[in-house]
Amino acid sequence: MASIVLNKVDKIYAGGVKAVNGLDLEIRDGEFMVLVGPSGCGKSTALRMIAGLEDISGGEILIGDRVVNHLPPKDRDIAMVFQNYALYPHMTVEENLAFGLKLRKMSKPEIQKRVGEAARMLGLEQYLKRKPAALSGGQRQRVAMGRAIVREPQAFLMDEPLSNLDAKLRVSMRASLNQLHENLGVTTVYVTHDQVEAMTLGDRVCVLRDGVLQQVDTPQNLFDNPVNLFVAGFMGSPAMNVTYADLIRDNGGAAVVFAGYRLPVPDSTFAEKPGLDRYLGKKIILGIRPSDFEDSRAAHGSIGGWVRVPVRANVTEELGSEINVLFTIDAPPVEHKDAMAAQHDGDEEETSLPLGGNKSLWTARVNARSHVRPGQEVELVVDTHNLHFFDVDSGLSIGHEANISR
Amino acid sequence: MTTVAAEPRQQAAGIERGLAGRLLDRIGGGVVQVFLVLVAVFWLVPTLGLLVVSMRDDTANNSSGWWTFFTKPAQITFENYSNLLTSGFTSSFWNTILITVPATLLIIFIAAMAAYAFAWIEFPGRDTVFLLVIALLVVPIQIALIPIAKLYGTFGIFGSIVSVVLFHVAFGLPFAIFLLRNFFVGIPRELLEAARMDGAPEWRIFATVVFPLAKPAVASLGIFQFLWVWNDLLVALVFADTQNQPMTKALQSQMRQFGTNVDILAPGAFLSLIIPLVLFFAFQRYFVQGLLAGSVK
Repeated sequence: MASIVLNKVDKIYAGGVKAVNGLDLEIRDGEFMVLVGPSGCGKSTALRMIAGLEDISGGEILIGDRVVNHLPPKDRDIAMVFQNYALYPHMTVEENLAFGLKLRKMSKPEIQKRVGEAARMLGLEQYLKRKPAALSGGQRQRVAMGRAIVREPQAFLMDEPLSNLDAKLRVSMRASLNQLHENLGVTTVYVTHDQVEAMTLGDRVCVLRDGVLQQVDTPQNLFDNPVNLFVAGFMGSPAMNVTYADLIRDNGGAAVVFAGYRLPVPDSTFAEKPGLDRYLGKKIILGIRPSDFEDSRAAHGSIGGWVRVPVRANVTEELGSEINVLFTIDAPPVEHKDAMAAQHDGDEEETSLPLGGNKSLWTARVNARSHVRPGQEVELVVDTHNLHFFDVDSGLSIGHEANISR
Repeated sequence: MTTVAAEPRQQAAGIERGLAGRLLDRIGGGVVQVFLVLVAVFWLVPTLGLLVVSMRDDTANNSSGWWTFFTKPAQITFENYSNLLTSGFTSSFWNTILITVPATLLIIFIAAMAAYAFAWIEFPGRDTVFLLVIALLVVPIQIALIPIAKLYGTFGIFGSIVSVVLFHVAFGLPFAIFLLRNFFVGIPRELLEAARMDGAPEWRIFATVVFPLAKPAVASLGIFQFLWVWNDLLVALVFADTQNQPMTKALQSQMRQFGTNVDILAPGAFLSLIIPLVLFFAFQRYFVQGLLAGSVK
């Protein structure tokens, strides 16, 4: 096992497209690092550069203490799992697993031992004599995983390994992946565009956008303290609600005012976010997580710091354990480029409803006991301790430690 | 080169066909099959005729048609074939083998390596060179006959089997490279990358991953090339000496201005067609096989 360090790594394709731009990243020994971002953000390119399948245009990559910039993939002692599995179709499962070991001139008994162990670990024992064509998608995926495991490499690189599985299988494979990493403790770099996968798998998550690193942190920190609008919008589902608001301080204390609502800002927030007081009297972008809403009826009396917000539910999505309440607020949608980029997760599908007028669509996640129906008036409460504030021009989170020096 | 068996009975979605409908389908399918069998038999009749002619003696061939064999099977004799073996024809048969087999194998071997490079190795000017190779496809071999003959003279190999083989290889390569390269490009890139990650050097990827997967293409190319060289007369006429002449040239020399030596020609001709036929049946399973199944996704 080894750590992986990326030092100011660039990737410039012919034609001048900069796929990865000055990427600094340290993946610790035994860590599960997830690279996440919308399509075309450079996450796969970064992974392929670590693998050695792609040349590095600038900077350096270290695996362990070795600079591997010019080492071919086979000398980097890493194994990779591909999105489409890339199994050798003319070899049996056993031969697929053993291929890499044979090439390393390993002794026959040792190969058998390792292949047997991996097959046991992945439940592939009864399929060893089959060819990939005779396997289901999940089994192929496990073979691809096994091919990496038998190598016992310094690090695993995984390029969206679960994205070709159906939803249910993906969830169970995600759990097995977690278990596997727990057992083997091998440094893992995992690329995905699925923020749920990123949150559930990663020890730390690295959010990339247009080849530029946005934030590296634990999943919880990314969720609680996003560094900018992009990260805020990308991590968390449903996405964070944002709007333009005025930050004011008057007789009633500090508050944000937007679309006819007034939410008091507790003093503790100013203490947590140094520099926020400089925005008093100015326009900011306010962000509220859907999970920081609750139906006042389901919230059992008043909770400190929770403020009532009456809204009218347009759409409700019942998920069983909770309900997503979609409602409009009378404020223009935030058209900051970061917020837009995070919403349009690379796919062409427009996510927003065709709303009449200049309104923003917000989502509140409330308890299923709320029983709110579309068209109903509902009184929501907001946890004002968890408000997020962003600079209108830069889109940077106000008072975030990474932004203070900027 | 893969063919997909047509779905015999396509039903309109959601509609249960009645007994009559299914019967009609069955009959319809039967008609098609009978028709196909008829066509196949029709195409085989001349071959069968040649086989029978090659096994009748000269007088019989001159006095009656080969189909009389069905009523008088006793006229069959293997004398023509034993005569053939004692004549000089055997050596020309071996010459054909000595020319065709090396020419085919060399072309597959060289073209596969070149195609791999054109498909998967980045080197400067790759696409330009490949375009030049494609351009060679339209160069007629006739324009090279005289210069190559002179060249062979310089090296002292004119008239030899080697000279014929080399000529066939040279003019077979552009098409072979073109065919294989286009097949190789269709192999998923991840497969090669996986092999690279597994630690396979380039030649190993070629030999153990790409080449086995290219069996359908290699088989088709092999058949094409084998037939082309096997049946060639022009190159043999120009370059091969009498003792190195292949069957085509030997058969040609049996043709006379007045009449023919049917008792030599017929068995010789049959011999020269049966080998490619056997070869085709031996390799035909590769044509219908989808070898990439299960590799990706």
